[in-house]
Order: sequence, then structure tokens, then C-alpha cells
Amino acid sequence: MSLWEYANPQKFMRTSGALLPFVWIATAACLGVGLVWGFFLTPEAENFGSTVKIIYLHVPAAMMAINAWVMMLVTSLIWLIRRHHVSALASRAAAPIGLTMTVIALVTGAIWGEPMWGTYWAWDPRLTSFLILFLFYLGYIALWEAIENPDAAADLTSVLCIVGSVFALLSRYAVNFWNQGLHQGATLSLDKEENIANVYWLPLLICLAGFVLLFVALVLVRTRTEIRARRIKALVTRERMA
Amino acid sequence: MIPDLGKYAGAVLSSYAISVVLLAGLIALSLWRGARVRRQLDEMESRRKTDG
Repeated sequence: MSLWEYANPQKFMRTSGALLPFVWIATAACLGVGLVWGFFLTPEAENFGSTVKIIYLHVPAAMMAINAWVMMLVTSLIWLIRRHHVSALASRAAAPIGLTMTVIALVTGAIWGEPMWGTYWAWDPRLTSFLILFLFYLGYIALWEAIENPDAAADLTSVLCIVGSVFALLSRYAVNFWNQGLHQGATLSLDKEENIANVYWLPLLICLAGFVLLFVALVLVRTRTEIRARRIKALVTRERMA
Repeated sequence: MIPDLGKYAGAVLSSYAISVVLLAGLIALSLWRGARVRRQLDEMESRRKTDG
């Protein structure tokens, strides 16, 4: 079995339809357990007080804001190289999810920043690159809506996605590139010494899994919708020609 | 039931409230549009079948 089989819309619809109920159940379980554990059952942190509880939303949302763009980059490249329509539609479907994740990361970050840094916003490398990523998401969605021809829209949005990837990467590594600004380094690390305490790490890990699953569920739902919308468009065109 | 969040209660609760509203809105909108487009396609397909 090859991954390219899923480029066939019918195969994609069949497989995603069968998968979706399980993905939704796993999403609800992970988000339910992770957020309840994090909010109700973890102690205050010495340096952050109770604001540490914002971590269970802020970090997963920021991670998915970047990863959604990475997924869009991969599907855009597949469209440009192999011209699979499902791939372009999956990219289109992922953009509003990435945009929402970016907004959550920016808003929760600002709310968290005020009591910790004394300001909602600073022109810090990570914050600024996230704001630019937000603008790229808006531009990407607007470009899809603005162009009538779906193939031309897919081509142009794919190019925009490749350009925007620079900022998606910068959002992730800005703290490492420029050793300045208010934002701290990575919250999660493979190095045990650098990682956050276990009492926060475990529920955070479950929340991260929940956000990944939520992203997968929403991408599947929205891609299925885009495939159906494309079919409607084709039928309308056929009716007009007849 | 809600843990004592001290002087940061406003920051923590508003973060959760805004995030839940945004995520619930995204999920609801995605499912609603999905159902609407599906219904529309079903109607078109059945019309095509009856028209031959």
C-alpha cells in the first residue's frame, strides 16, 4: 500500500470517514484529561504562581501554530511537484486551524506576559515572528478566497506558503538565533536538566497530544468538506455546459 | 471546585475562557460547514439521478 493512494479523493473520503470517530474520541480524552489535570491538580510554580496553568494552552497552541504551517508546506510541495488535488485542499483546510492556534498562542502569551514581564506585548524576536506568522496565515486564507481558478489559487498559495515557512521556522528558533528578548527558551527539551518539572511535564504532554489530535480531526473534517465543495463546483459547471 | 488562583485568577481564567471559545467556535464552524456542504452535494447528486 502506498501513501499516494490517498491522493484519490474517493479513497481519502472512505479512509478518513472510518478514522474520524476514533480521532475525535482520542482528542476528547486527551484534552479532557490533560486540561483537567493541569488546571485542577497541579501546584503553583515558585516563579510563575498560578499563571503556570496557562502553559497547558499556550505551549500546545504555539506548537500547533508552527506545525500546521509545516504541514501546509509539505502538502503545498506535494501539490507543486505531483499535482494531487487532495494535497492542495488539505493545505487550504489546515490554514484556519493554524490561524486559530496562532491567535490562542498570541492572546494567552500576552495575558501571561502582563503579570510576568509587566507588559502585554514587546517587540521580542519570538513574539514578533509569531505576529508575522499570524499575518501570513491571514494572507494565505485571503489568497485562496480571492482567486476563482482553484489550480491557480493552489499554485500561488503554495508559493506563499514556502515564503512564509521562513517565519514559521523563525517563530520556533528565534530565541536561539537572537539571544535577547523577554521570551524564555524552549519549554520542552530532550535534556532532562533543561526540561520543566515532572509535575507539569506529564499533563502538558497529554495536552500536546490532545492538540495534535484535534488538529488531525479538524484537518480531516475540513478536507472532506473542501473535496465535497470542489465536487459541487464541478457539477454546477457541468450543468451550465449541458 | 476551582482551585485558589490568588492574584492571577483573572489572567488564568481569561486565558482558558478565550481559548475554549476560540476552539469551540472553530470546531462548531467546521462541523456546521461540513454538514451544509454535504447536504448540498447529496441534493445535487439525487437531482442528477432523478433527471437521468
